[in-house]
Amino acid sequence: MKVIVCIKQVPDSSEVKINKETNTLIREGVPTMINPFDMHALEAAIAMKEQVKAKVTALTMGPPQAESSLREAIAMGADEAVLITDRAFAGADTLATSYTLSKAIQTLGFDLILCGKQTIEGDTAQVGPEMAEMLNIPHIPYVRKIEELTDSHIKAHRLMEDGYDCIESPLPVLLTVVRELNQPRLPSLRGKMAAKKAVIKKLTSADLVIEPNRIGLVGSPTKVRNIFYPSHDKSDRQMFDGTPEEQVENLLVALKSMRCV
Amino acid sequence: MEYLLTEEQQMIRDSARQIAEEKVIPVRAELDEKEEFPHEIMKNLAQVDLFRIFIPEAYDGLGTGSLELALAIEELSRACLGVATSYSANALGAYPIILNGSEEQKQKYLPSIASGTLTAFGLTEANAGSDAAGIQTTAVKDGNDYILNGTKQWITNAGEAEVYTVIAVTDRSKGARGASALIVEKGTPGFSFGKKEAKLGIRASSTRGLIFEDCRIPKENLIGREGLGFIIAMRTLDNARTGVAAQGVGVAQGAFDEALKYSRQREQFGSPISSFQAIQHMLADMATHIEAARALTYAACRQLDQGGKNVAKEAAMAKLFATDVAMKVAVDAVQILGGYGYMREYPVEKMMRDAKILQIYEGTNQIQRNVIAQALIKEAAAKR
Repeated sequence: MKVIVCIKQVPDSSEVKINKETNTLIREGVPTMINPFDMHALEAAIAMKEQVKAKVTALTMGPPQAESSLREAIAMGADEAVLITDRAFAGADTLATSYTLSKAIQTLGFDLILCGKQTIEGDTAQVGPEMAEMLNIPHIPYVRKIEELTDSHIKAHRLMEDGYDCIESPLPVLLTVVRELNQPRLPSLRGKMAAKKAVIKKLTSADLVIEPNRIGLVGSPTKVRNIFYPSHDKSDRQMFDGTPEEQVENLLVALKSMRCV
Repeated sequence: MEYLLTEEQQMIRDSARQIAEEKVIPVRAELDEKEEFPHEIMKNLAQVDLFRIFIPEAYDGLGTGSLELALAIEELSRACLGVATSYSANALGAYPIILNGSEEQKQKYLPSIASGTLTAFGLTEANAGSDAAGIQTTAVKDGNDYILNGTKQWITNAGEAEVYTVIAVTDRSKGARGASALIVEKGTPGFSFGKKEAKLGIRASSTRGLIFEDCRIPKENLIGREGLGFIIAMRTLDNARTGVAAQGVGVAQGAFDEALKYSRQREQFGSPISSFQAIQHMLADMATHIEAARALTYAACRQLDQGGKNVAKEAAMAKLFATDVAMKVAVDAVQILGGYGYMREYPVEKMMRDAKILQIYEGTNQIQRNVIAQALIKEAAAKR
């Protein structure tokens, strides 16, 4: 079984800074990590190798320095890693990204695709499902448990707000996964040594059969007008005194006057 | 200070540091409070191959040296000495097999230890502490077996480990030359454990007795040959000594880190206490001593790894100095944190309780001085 895990290198920082001119994240000089949700996808794929005969390929699109995230994936137990990198891909939104990734995945061949449910910087949760559509395969989002996996089908739990759905699908299929799925393993020393020596396969626009107007900035219909931090205006805050009962009473009156209840 | 560590050494240190920070620090206070063995952390350590580093490559290990082991131990000790002791004890238990085991014994036990089977080393007895030659436990040959009788005391990992290397007397008439080393597996009839000891520190580690009552083990479990027991025990301790020195460096660093951090946050008389010379001089002394201890420890490790046969003196110097530094620094860290340092809410009181064992176990620091002095006199005599 050919398992592809899509990962993304994201800033490892809670203080993300934004370039005011281009409205994009400043990535230079910020420590990076594998998007945490993708770590759960990686763990799921590596754990599968213990159940079924599977070859795990970690895939990412990004600048050359994203190679370090792919080496981390190999250290965890991925068999190989592919970096899609080309200046022509730069500035891609989710649509252009999923188009490019799906084209690369077609070239690589696959039975199962695993993604984190979303990245922690974009938070769109779009790329996984979009890729499934472009590849014309079914997808199961928000997977919290994989109940059954054979060479021909999968049974998984999709996390919902009020419980979970048990979904069965034939392969090939794409899953996006949530934290509840598993606990990602730490990389072993043998894994780290293998990762150090591993050859990372690189794909450029020339290696893929693609329409040039669907990649990178050109292929991205999303235009960011402005990015700003939400302002927190504290002027209309009110503190209530008295017994808890009186405080609740006063709060209710205030909320009613604001037509909140 | 720059120690010119190789990429592999840095990798090992980073792996141990990651486990220390992510898996040990969040639970160390609870493990200490509940006197709970860190099963989960031992599994984590095995999973990232840290059990492989002290096992030769031929037996599914990574075959690295004592410096690599010291780096891993130092990082773990920085977070929790109880955890570090439980980990180090596996290397201690494995050394007799690595150093003197037969090919069959190595094949049988080392690959499983490399993947995380816990081990323990049984030498100490009620009346044989510093005077290890005074052991009473006997192993009597009976056909194809040895029959073990006696009680080992204060054995780290006892009860938790699957494989035990035990020193017992096979021929009392020969004194120290009548001791032998044997492998005993958990679950062997006649082999049981004493009560779990309640300790001042390293409370996450398990310390129990090994009780042998007509415990029959096959003669294939004899390590080396009869009479080698005392030599195997001493070689094991020579190898392990740098590990204890690394524990000292780690504990001291952990305590110092807390003291430095606290001194920059805590304000008295309108300034952070780190601006007061009284505190500054303490911090400077602590840091200087830690660096000296680390340099001595790494140097002893490197000498050991270069195949130096006579490193008992250097290893003893490292153990003596680094563990005395650990005790002093831990006490000073509590002092810098003042009342807060004395409270269990802060980690330094635990570090201070933990540090004390370092001056006692695997040869008290008085015994280390004996080892050093004997070597000095021997060297001087050889020059004549």
